[in-house]
Formats: sequence, C-alpha cells, structure tokens
Amino acid sequence: MGEKLLMRGNEVIAEAAIRAGCQCYFAYPITPQAELLEHMAENMPRLGRTFVQAESEIAAISMVYGAASVGVRTMTSSSSPGISLKQEGISYLAGASLPAVIVNVVRGGPGLGDIAPSQCDYFQATKGGGHGDYHMIVLGPSTVPEAGELTMLAFDLADKYRTPVMILADGMLGQMMEPVELPMPVDIASLPKKEWALTGAKGRDPNIVLSFDLDPEVLKQMNLELQERYRAIEAAEVRYEETETADADIVIAAYGTVARIAKTVIRMARAEGIRLGLFRPITLWPFPYQPLKALSARVNTVLTVEMSAGQMLEDVRLAVCERAETPFYGEMGGVVPTPRGILSEVRKYAG
Amino acid sequence: MPVNVENMAKVFSRPRSLTDARSTYCPGCQHGILTRIIGQTIDELGIAEKTIVIAPVGCSVFAYLWYKCDAVQVAHGRASAVATGIKRAKPNLFVLSYQGDGDFASIGTAESIHAANRGENITVIFVNNQVYGMTGGEMAPTTLIGQKTTTTPSGRDAAQFGYPIRFSEMIAQLDAPVYVTRQALYDTKRILDTTKAIKKAFINQMEGKGYSLVEVLSNCPTNWHMKPTDTNKHVAEVVTDIFPLGDLVNRG
Repeated sequence: MGEKLLMRGNEVIAEAAIRAGCQCYFAYPITPQAELLEHMAENMPRLGRTFVQAESEIAAISMVYGAASVGVRTMTSSSSPGISLKQEGISYLAGASLPAVIVNVVRGGPGLGDIAPSQCDYFQATKGGGHGDYHMIVLGPSTVPEAGELTMLAFDLADKYRTPVMILADGMLGQMMEPVELPMPVDIASLPKKEWALTGAKGRDPNIVLSFDLDPEVLKQMNLELQERYRAIEAAEVRYEETETADADIVIAAYGTVARIAKTVIRMARAEGIRLGLFRPITLWPFPYQPLKALSARVNTVLTVEMSAGQMLEDVRLAVCERAETPFYGEMGGVVPTPRGILSEVRKYAG
Repeated sequence: MPVNVENMAKVFSRPRSLTDARSTYCPGCQHGILTRIIGQTIDELGIAEKTIVIAPVGCSVFAYLWYKCDAVQVAHGRASAVATGIKRAKPNLFVLSYQGDGDFASIGTAESIHAANRGENITVIFVNNQVYGMTGGEMAPTTLIGQKTTTTPSGRDAAQFGYPIRFSEMIAQLDAPVYVTRQALYDTKRILDTTKAIKKAFINQMEGKGYSLVEVLSNCPTNWHMKPTDTNKHVAEVVTDIFPLGDLVNRG
C-alpha cells in the first residue's frame, strides 16, 4: 500500500480506476462528478492512456462499448440525468457480454433535479435501467476509501463475468474529502487474456461481438446464458456489512452515505439504551437477501433509511417478508437525513 | 462440345476476405456491389487480419456476416462513436464503420459529426439510398423532395419534413477530415470511381492521416418500387442533382 492522502471521492474513484488498469476513459461533464473527469483528463494522457471528452453521454458509453470490444479495461462516469442517456449503451454492453465500469454519482431527480446527493437511481441501477432482461453488478460504497476499493473490484468483476458493473455513489461521497491509502496498481500484462476480444482475425476464425439474433430460439439461448451468469454472480458475489447486530432489537437497513450516517445514529441510540444495529448491503445487485432474511428473524424492526422515496425498501421487504416490521424513513430532492432525524424515527420503534 | 475448366484461367472470384454467407440484401440492391468492393480492397491491401468491421442498424445490420474479419454489431447511429473507442484503444487495428443514411445522418448525427471533427483515424462508408429499407421504406433524412415513402405517402413536403440533408457537405466544413467524397454505383465508371475512393480512404487510415468519409449513392428497388435498371437511371439523372458526385475534401 502507498502513502495516505487526503482526497475527494470523485478523485479516488478516478485514481483507483487508473490503478485497476483502466486504459480508456470516455465521459461528458456533469455535476457532481466533474472532478472525476478532470482527474482523468490530467492523468490518462500522461500515462499514455486514452481520455476523450465525448460529445454526449450516449457517445461516451458507445466509445466504452468499442474499447471494451477490443478487450481493454474501460470506464465512463456521470450523474443521474447523464446515466439515463447511457441506458442504451448499458443494455448493449450487457447483451454483448462486454466488461465495463460505469460510475453514477447520483444527484436529486427526477428530470434535471438538482446537484445535491441522492439515492433516487436505485431502481434504475439494480432492476435493469435499459431495455431487455439484464442485470449489472451494482456496488454501493459508503466511504471515500471504500469507493476506491470497490472501483478496483468493479474492474475485476466486470472482466470475470463479462458484464457492466456500476459504482452507485452519490454527490456527498463524490465531493467529500477523506484520508485514503490508495491501492497498489495492478500489473496490466498479468490480467487474464480475453480470447473473445476483437484483436484482428489472425490465425483464427473471426470473433464477433453482438447482442443480436433474429432467430428467437438463438436469442433465447443467449438470454439463458446471461441468466446462468447472473445466478453464478448471485451465488458468489453478495457482499454486505453488519454493525452491532448481535444484540440488536432494531436494525437500520441502509447503503452508501446513509449507512455512514447510520453508524453515528447507532452510538446515539445505544447511549439511550436502544439496541440498534445496521445492515449495509455493499452489492446492491446482487442484493443480500439471505443474510438479511436470517438477521430479520432475530430482530423486531428493520427500518430502511434512504435518500429516496423508498426504493431499496422493496428489496428489504422481499428479504424480511413478515419476520419483522419494515418501516421506512426517507428524504428526497437532495436532502440528506441527519443523525437526529434518523434517531427520532428509531425511537418510534424502540421499547 | 464439353469445356475443360481445368485448363481455364480463373479471372474472377469472390474476394478472399468475404465469406460465402448468403446475402440478406434484396435482389438488385447495391449494398452487394459495395460489399464486394470493400472485400476486394481489404484483399488488395492485405488488411483482413487487422480489420474490425462495424455493423450498424439498418439493412446492413448483418455486415458482420460478410467479412472474414472480426466484427462488432452496434446500436443505431453510434457506429462512429464505437469506432472511436476501438481505434483509441487499439490504434493498430483497421476500423471500418459502415453506416446507412438513417444511421449516419439522422439518429447518429452527433456521433458522426464529432468523430469527424476530432479527426478520428477511421474510415466511414456512408450508404445513401434515401430511404429506411429495413423497417419498410420510411422517410430518411436524405429522402428527396416529393419522394413517396411510407411516412411521406404524398411525397416529402419541405414545409413539413424539411429538405434532404447534404451531410457530407456538413462534414466537409470541418477542419479535421482529410478526405470526404461522394460516389455512386449506377454504372461501371462509377463503380470503378467508388473502388478508387474506398482504396484511398483505406490507405489514409493505414498511413495515419485521419478521418475519411466515402458517401456512396445507392439504390433501393424494393422501397423505391422500381426495377433495378430504372434505379440506376434515377440515381444518375435525379439523385445526383441533389447529391452531386465528387470530392468535397481531399487533403490527403
């Protein structure tokens, strides 16, 4: 590991991508992820790598599709309205089984919304925001150092499963500065070879990258292969964190920035004698249904807290079923819940 | 008298870089001629092993089947952006973006213009047949005034639908492109001219000169409701009036 630096979330994601061996980065400016783009603009050319400021989000994700098809590690980043534009390309990446990393530094919506932190794109990210039967792996970092770690992981998972992977951050995480110890750069030459990539049909039959077949039976087969891969991801890649759940009566279910705030709430609640814990999904897809199901059998209440109208709430309720109460507390429009605000919700279910 | 083919010289055959897959184009369609010209040029320049063919959306969606080359099928209109991604990632690959008029000059307007404006070192073949063939003959950005299509049943009316867009002329206004030309396929001379233009556009990329665009006026007997021979006459006499042939930029 290297030295400890004070860095902004957006910069850490950019730097982690570079260290993960991202060869090509394509993006369009949007707040609150501009620092990510700027870090790449400054550093990628210096390293002999590709930075292109695309004419649009659609072009940027299409450039990612091109770079991914020839087998290099590639990434784009944006914020909510821009991610909506990228949905076409994400669906094509999923359909063509191309690995790529997409960063969404979520801001308030819908429409133009605002530039403040939000978690209102959970449905879009985890349920397949574009057309067709697909999923992508969605990672929800909660701190600046974790944003770096999960960015490194995102490139590995994308390659391993030949799938787009999204980092679902938010404006607070993107803008916040924290001390980080940056991960060691990967040795690009040592990464597994991508035999399917377009490298020129020399001494072999042509490789074809596509998400298309007019024969329904063939397309069904392509879909079944995708689904099989999704089942493998669900079996192997679920990640989550539990904090002070061993004796908890109430747990907060939260991810990202809100989970971080919830850790403060745990201290405040426990000082009042309320046995509060936290269940934090790290992979938002695949969602940790089984661990939350197991936990919910031991507690009275699973309080979902989000910066949305209640999106992850639906997955929480699927996991908990009727085993515990599943109330919700959310803020919208870029308003960040305060520890006191969450604590007063927690008190409603205590005792 | 039986002919002994064993002793005859072979003077014409399928280019080595083309597969024997059955064509999906309609009878009389000039995409086939163009595919052959491209195959021939790939053979002549010996670049099959480093060529990446970009298959767009439209009648040429199956372009990945025609060449013994690596290929990628892409979203409608995004071919020039995908080409950018490929070429920037692997500059030693030869990138051929094959796009129709709807793809290149309508839904892909931004991607087309900006790839050209960045001077990406790629070759774009832009096939202009003034109609959306694959979806059943709807109006294209290049449909002529008065031309009947399934979405302009009374003929294209400029007041309502605008004018046929001269996209190559727009590209030619930019500083970066090294070669922008409009060619046709309606007779032998034009086929030979197109062949020359495509070879030049390919060599430009191989020599790292930058962006080349070859617009090719093609036909659509099916959706123009014309005999193939009549489509040749129509392109020669009517279409070239709106879309004049020749080089628009030649900085090679």
